[in-house]
Amino acid sequence: MNVLWIALLPMLGTLMPVLMANKSRNICALTTAIAPLTALVILLSLTQSVFAGHIWQFQADWIPLLGLNIHFRLDGLAYLFALLILGIGLLIILYARFYLSEQDSMPRFYAYLMLFMTAMLGIVLSGNILQIWLFWELTSISSFLLISFWWHKSEARRGARMALTITGAGGLCLLAAFILIGSIVGSYELSVVLQSAELLKNHALYPVLLILFLLGCFTKSAQFPFHFWLPNAMAAPTPVSAYLHSATMVKAGIFLLARFYPALSGTELWFLLVSLTGLTTLLVGAYLALFKHDLKALLAYSTISHLGLITLLFGLNSPLAAVTGIFHIINHATFKASLFMAAGIIDHESGCRDMRRLNGLWQFMPVTATLMMVAAAAMAGVPLLNGFLSKEMFFAETLQQNLLGALSWIIPLLVTVAAIFSVAYSLRLIHDVFFNGQPKGLTKTPHEPPHLMRLPVEILVVLCLVVGVAPALVVGGLLDAAATAVLAGPTPTYSLAIWHGFNLPLLMSAAALTAGVFMYVKRKQLFDFQNALPGVDTLNIFERAIKQLCQQAGQLYALLDNGSLQRFMALLLTAFVILAGLPLIQMETLNGGRPELPVDAVNATGAAMLLISAFATVVWHRKRVVALLMISVVGLMVSIAFTRFSAPDLALTQLSVEVVTVILLMLALFFLPHKTPKQSEPSKVVRDIGLASLVGIIVGSLSYALMTRPFTTISDFFIANAKTGGGGTNVVNVILVDFRGFDTLGEIAVLGIAALGIFKLLTRIPVFKPSSDGEGRPWARERHPLLLATVAQSILPLALMVSVFIFFRGHNLPGGGFIAGLVTAVAIILLYISQGVDWVKARMNIEYQRVVAIGLMIALFTGLASWIFGRPFLTSWFDYFDLPLFGEIELASAIAFDLGVYITVVGSTLLILSSLGKMTTSYRPTHREQM
Amino acid sequence: METLFAICIGFLTSCGVFLMLRGRTFPVVMGLTMLSYAVNLFIFSSGRLNLKGAVVLGTSESYADPLPQALVLTAIVIGFAMTAFLVILAIRARADLGNDHVDGSMPDARPAKKERQK
Repeated sequence: MNVLWIALLPMLGTLMPVLMANKSRNICALTTAIAPLTALVILLSLTQSVFAGHIWQFQADWIPLLGLNIHFRLDGLAYLFALLILGIGLLIILYARFYLSEQDSMPRFYAYLMLFMTAMLGIVLSGNILQIWLFWELTSISSFLLISFWWHKSEARRGARMALTITGAGGLCLLAAFILIGSIVGSYELSVVLQSAELLKNHALYPVLLILFLLGCFTKSAQFPFHFWLPNAMAAPTPVSAYLHSATMVKAGIFLLARFYPALSGTELWFLLVSLTGLTTLLVGAYLALFKHDLKALLAYSTISHLGLITLLFGLNSPLAAVTGIFHIINHATFKASLFMAAGIIDHESGCRDMRRLNGLWQFMPVTATLMMVAAAAMAGVPLLNGFLSKEMFFAETLQQNLLGALSWIIPLLVTVAAIFSVAYSLRLIHDVFFNGQPKGLTKTPHEPPHLMRLPVEILVVLCLVVGVAPALVVGGLLDAAATAVLAGPTPTYSLAIWHGFNLPLLMSAAALTAGVFMYVKRKQLFDFQNALPGVDTLNIFERAIKQLCQQAGQLYALLDNGSLQRFMALLLTAFVILAGLPLIQMETLNGGRPELPVDAVNATGAAMLLISAFATVVWHRKRVVALLMISVVGLMVSIAFTRFSAPDLALTQLSVEVVTVILLMLALFFLPHKTPKQSEPSKVVRDIGLASLVGIIVGSLSYALMTRPFTTISDFFIANAKTGGGGTNVVNVILVDFRGFDTLGEIAVLGIAALGIFKLLTRIPVFKPSSDGEGRPWARERHPLLLATVAQSILPLALMVSVFIFFRGHNLPGGGFIAGLVTAVAIILLYISQGVDWVKARMNIEYQRVVAIGLMIALFTGLASWIFGRPFLTSWFDYFDLPLFGEIELASAIAFDLGVYITVVGSTLLILSSLGKMTTSYRPTHREQM
Repeated sequence: METLFAICIGFLTSCGVFLMLRGRTFPVVMGLTMLSYAVNLFIFSSGRLNLKGAVVLGTSESYADPLPQALVLTAIVIGFAMTAFLVILAIRARADLGNDHVDGSMPDARPAKKERQK
């Protein structure tokens, strides 16, 4: 449970700054800090047990069938990262309080920051690899929001887009890798994956999944050649750079390398890929850092270089190298975060980050200068500071490896070269900024920041010193716990001490320091050489590439879709023909062996009429009224087919829907042209006939194949339980209102929504009223023929009675709410047609929208009522009563539900038809505010 | 009988598809109606054909499959709602755009592709 709180508290903390948005900035910052502080206290309270090797877990099922569980787990490695995330996060909250100006929206910043913290904690604490991925993506998104925090700056937007593209693409690779791992191992649980090392490494797909996995890690951790997004992400406010781009997010990739170290490492491929990528990144980053004039850019490249160093350590085939890697993660986080914050202070108090103008700041801010010097010395690897220790161990490890066979000796050499550059740029950072003459062209006079703003830097710098002087005492336990988790076994013996005697690593350190100072002194020649090289604007190259990609995608898309819906549909149907046709070709015989029914004369006649009228509809489709009459014959034949094949309910429904549809289409023709002009070219008609025939052949064959196959059905359950469980003998109706009542509820909701949509579409439609029919004949002068009016009026009570009858018998005999509703609607529509809207409105002024709502509500509340009796939604109830005069009658809750269906159907049908019908009169639907 | 039934379904599908490929809204609406007849018959026939077995308990020995019937019953009603929505959309489109082509403009009156993309 404790673990859950560590992950959950920052999530809740995301809301705090938003809730405190109206309060003062101090209160906003303080309340934001509450959640991470509490989480940190909980984490610290677990220290003893984690160091003793206990793994805290919290597990809950989410979608167990898909292998998705909510699983948080805290072991040594997770503890180390959670400590960094929460600890540095708190310092950043304090720092940002002073860094952000009055114009910046502090609640927004803190909310994004907490979102990021949640995501980061989620990654390190997850015990399910899909859950890791989920939080992984969340870090990309929250980092995007943070980089683009100053969204009015173009470079911030572009940098954020680039970071999102690169890390997002990496995230997709990672997902693919995780799915591969999951399918090979058979579980998405981290603990299972970590124990399946042999299975994974011996699998044929191991190279694929490893490369995908490493792509995910390397993009996130800015490894060469994906490193270029990190310098461009420096457009973010400095607290973000300090937090995300030095201490936490860029370490997420390395965290995964460490997390999956027991499962995936140990192969030739792993060592080659990881170590060479790390080595290249180390060199490229260190080299480029020296030439950056922007403080933050220098730090960004230095970060890239140190990330490369850690990656290289994880690629060296030794457990001790992995331990060193973890140690350097801690050290780098402390000194780099403090350097970034110090750089932010300089930027904040002097208004400039350019080292060509920032000179001699020592006289203005000696305290900050001292702090930065200590941190930079740690970065350079000066003894008595933490950076020296891990660098020393790193040198020792590079001497032990045997990666490149006989050429392995180059690695220590190249590493020393990188260290020389590292010393040189650290020296430049200090000398250029704090000494080297006087500042040039600053807009304000630099001064020391408020003490609280400096406090986070002070804390981190003190840590650098303490770790550097007494490493075993301060971080020994932490390192041991994390290393145990990474190596999944006993840790190798190592000693964290300042003095290991005179040895080769010490010599390398000394050489790097001396050569680094020498290089800085002689920097002029080096700078001239670098300036002669053509500059590379990664941002523009990247954006051009993206633009080109979009263009090509657009061209490809234009090939498929030129804006014509007809063409689009033809393509879709072609795809259907291919996809459904191929399996049919592979089938040996269409007939499934079930004996066919004999064809009798009635059925044959019906089928012939159906075919002829369908054909006539197509042939005469240009004469719309004729086609409409023909299609109504088709509908009639379909309903007769339902009667013949034992589906009386369907026949009744089809028949009444047919009436309503034909009335609707007739009405619609009033507003549409009566004829379709001949427009399609003959070639197009041939194409359409061919395509239509193919689709028809395939559907017909499928239908034949289906019908001639013997089958078993789940319907026996419904037939057996309709009477005993649902209290009705008409099984179709019992299925609708009882067994599958939830479906029906959804369906009448769709009906109601469609009707309301139509009502809305018809409001304020531009007036378009033809004065004559398609042939140019004026409309009949007698609008309401007497005969029709009289018949309609006398039919109404009869029709209503019939619908009541159909409604009540529906549970036991063909009928029910749907059919009764349609019959009622037809009778009322007939009244509208014969008497006109005025006449009906005077006698029956009903807003059909309300009817729809009432119907839906009745159905819904019938379902909810079963909750009162402690049963699940829509449980039905029925009983028999003996009433005098009536005899035995049955009362069922299903009747109430069916009543809801009935009212919804009546309301929807009338809403559709009367809204359309009213358009020809003065009662056109209009917006209420217009009335 | 099954053969005849399948021919009817196939033919209705063909007619429906042909009409749906037309360029004006009204034939498309009719094509959709025709296609929904075919689809309803198709789903209905998945319960196999049965001449004397209406699923009212106590009326016969062997019953037809009630489940496809229940599915098709709601499908008919929803199909009506969909047809209605489509036809009203067509009316509205004609009133607003002045023509009844499915693309909202006549093919020859359409501006060149490049211009539209901007």
